[in-house]
Amino acid sequence: MRKQIEGSQAIARAVATCRPGVICAYPISPQTHIVEALDDIVRKGGIEHCEFLNVESEFGAMSVAIGSSATGSRTYTATASQGLLYMVEAVYNASGLGLPIVMTVANRAIGAPINIWNDHTDAMSQRDSGWIQLYAQDNQAAADLHVFAFRLAELVSMPVMVCMDGFVLTHAMEQIDVPEQAQSDAFLTAFVPRQKLDVENPVSIGAMVGPEAFTEVRWLAHHKQLEALAAIPGLSEEFSRAFGRRAGGPNDYMGLVTDYGTEGADTVVVALGATIGTLEDVIDEMREQGTSIGVLGITSYRPFPTAAIREKLQHAKRVVVLERAFAVGIGGVVDSDIRMALQGLDIPQNTVVAGLGGRAITRASLHDILRKSIAGEAEALTFLDLNEGMIPA
Amino acid sequence: MTVTPLKFYQVGSFAVGNRLLTDEERSEQSNPNRVNALTSGHRACQGCGEALGARYVLDTAMAVTGGKVMAVNATGCLEVFSTPYPETSWRIPWLHSLFGNAAAVASGVAASLKAQGKTDIRVIAQGGDGGTVDIGFGPLSGMWERNDDVLYVCYDNEAYMNTGVQRSGATPPAARTNTSHASGAEPGAYFNQGKFLPLIAMAHHIPYVATATVADLHDLEAKVKKAMTYRGARYLHVLVPCPLGWGSRSDETIQLSRAAVESGFFPVFEAEYGEMKSSTKIRRRIPVEEYLKPQKRYAHLFGPKGRPDIVEKLQRIADNNITKYNLIAEGQEQ
Repeated sequence: MRKQIEGSQAIARAVATCRPGVICAYPISPQTHIVEALDDIVRKGGIEHCEFLNVESEFGAMSVAIGSSATGSRTYTATASQGLLYMVEAVYNASGLGLPIVMTVANRAIGAPINIWNDHTDAMSQRDSGWIQLYAQDNQAAADLHVFAFRLAELVSMPVMVCMDGFVLTHAMEQIDVPEQAQSDAFLTAFVPRQKLDVENPVSIGAMVGPEAFTEVRWLAHHKQLEALAAIPGLSEEFSRAFGRRAGGPNDYMGLVTDYGTEGADTVVVALGATIGTLEDVIDEMREQGTSIGVLGITSYRPFPTAAIREKLQHAKRVVVLERAFAVGIGGVVDSDIRMALQGLDIPQNTVVAGLGGRAITRASLHDILRKSIAGEAEALTFLDLNEGMIPA
Repeated sequence: MTVTPLKFYQVGSFAVGNRLLTDEERSEQSNPNRVNALTSGHRACQGCGEALGARYVLDTAMAVTGGKVMAVNATGCLEVFSTPYPETSWRIPWLHSLFGNAAAVASGVAASLKAQGKTDIRVIAQGGDGGTVDIGFGPLSGMWERNDDVLYVCYDNEAYMNTGVQRSGATPPAARTNTSHASGAEPGAYFNQGKFLPLIAMAHHIPYVATATVADLHDLEAKVKKAMTYRGARYLHVLVPCPLGWGSRSDETIQLSRAAVESGFFPVFEAEYGEMKSSTKIRRRIPVEEYLKPQKRYAHLFGPKGRPDIVEKLQRIADNNITKYNLIAEGQEQ
């Protein structure tokens, strides 16, 4: 049913329809509204046979999730920013153990300086953690991707992060179709763990592995991500049948990317998350003025959909990568992945780092940098709206 | 009439042979059909107190629950020597995640079992002193304050032994480790540092807190049994000598455990809901010197260049324990 609802409330309700057995959380802005809502839902009996735990830290949250998932319960938690970093050791452990935990990351900057506002530095720091990472463009996609995430996680027995822009999405009210119980029930299958703690069939989980097998275990982690990459398009079709809409949004392509006018476009802007909405507006305006330009959004950042991205970008004359994070000392994070996908094609490419720590990405600024990019006047790495007056000479 | 159950001691001049006991009074370790939760073939050092402690605790827990126990292990010796892939010594469901999160992982296991309606299955978390009093303390305190249905067992060998003997928050004063060298004016671990976790556990007002050693098997088993009669968070702190780290002979593990108790240096007691309930009385009091001297980690305190002043300070710690924990029975001759 379509309703006006805050993003966080929609996520909580979507998660509730997935019937998790254990939810644990440690509060951090801007994730708080999600777990607050879930506590209320669980207390009121809104999820059958569900335990909600308030833990002492994010490290504790991911650790509780590890224990719960390894015992065979569908498990959910949420975090952001410093909280994600605080749980990093357990984040890697969860993927190493192949536990299909689903976690919301309400994307927020990393300090110092402390900053509670939105960018993607937190999730990008975990791109190599072994977790699947799905990025939502709006609250409809955010809600839907959570349901999608549980199915995908359990299919390949790997954890999934659903990344949604903090405040910009978590605290935004918009009209969306909140997943309904019957729809989620139709889409999800019963959680059958690949391995679990069981007194009838005792196993040792988490053994010490030395050089003789460690490479193979890591290879398997990569292999599982590739399995997920192969499975996403089919699951995406199934999702559409159960919900009557695409999990990644109306412009979804195979569940992996979103395509807004890339076909035949001379310039394609690549981006992740809620910025794509602004970009689409800017591109509409530029097209009216005769510019040939489109936007490619990445929904599945890990596994990285190399083939789908190459397919969508191969005929472009310029690629602009807009990032809400960057790799200090070199430049773009997503940018280097795109270069790998396009290797051998010799397409000019430049990176725009924008919206750090919640700085607004305005249409005017986007018009300006895209114009410069198309004209070949942009630096290889641009910090959008950098106020050089504030920087000591 | 108050019935005081007899507690039998296993060895020494106070020994009661199993043949004199009824089946119910015998230790689980004397049961030929015990589970052997941590079975033979593992790679612990000879004389490892932790290996003994873990088997005693888990066999007892398995016996009283009818085989319905799951264990969560912190990183450390116990984890490393028991599960070098592709081998395992565990005959029970066992999960190792990280060094500092065993208590939280166990909370997750317990929550999952509750959600599945399987509360007949009990959860035990275990770790060494480093994983318990230092790096794992945050999640452990969280597990306690939530009163999650987990028995956490610390096998305390008083330093980071797995990484090669470094000081932990449970290392006693004057003890030599590789990060508290026996050099300088204050050799070994500093006085007025360190913490005694059982008291911190009690401050959480959890149902049950107890200390024990591997020397007194009947007492240790009784405490595990008692712990399993409670629901909620429970904490058992077991002193386990480490021949490698303590610089003791591997056949001295039990003797040293007993000497730690008989000197008053390690108090053995039980507490319920934050209240001290009982302490195990010293049967034949010994000076701390008898406990310290066989251990090379205290070697710098003895001999021609010894430090009797430091031995005296350690003796005062033992004396204070005896008063504080009421370790000598009234009217008992010393």
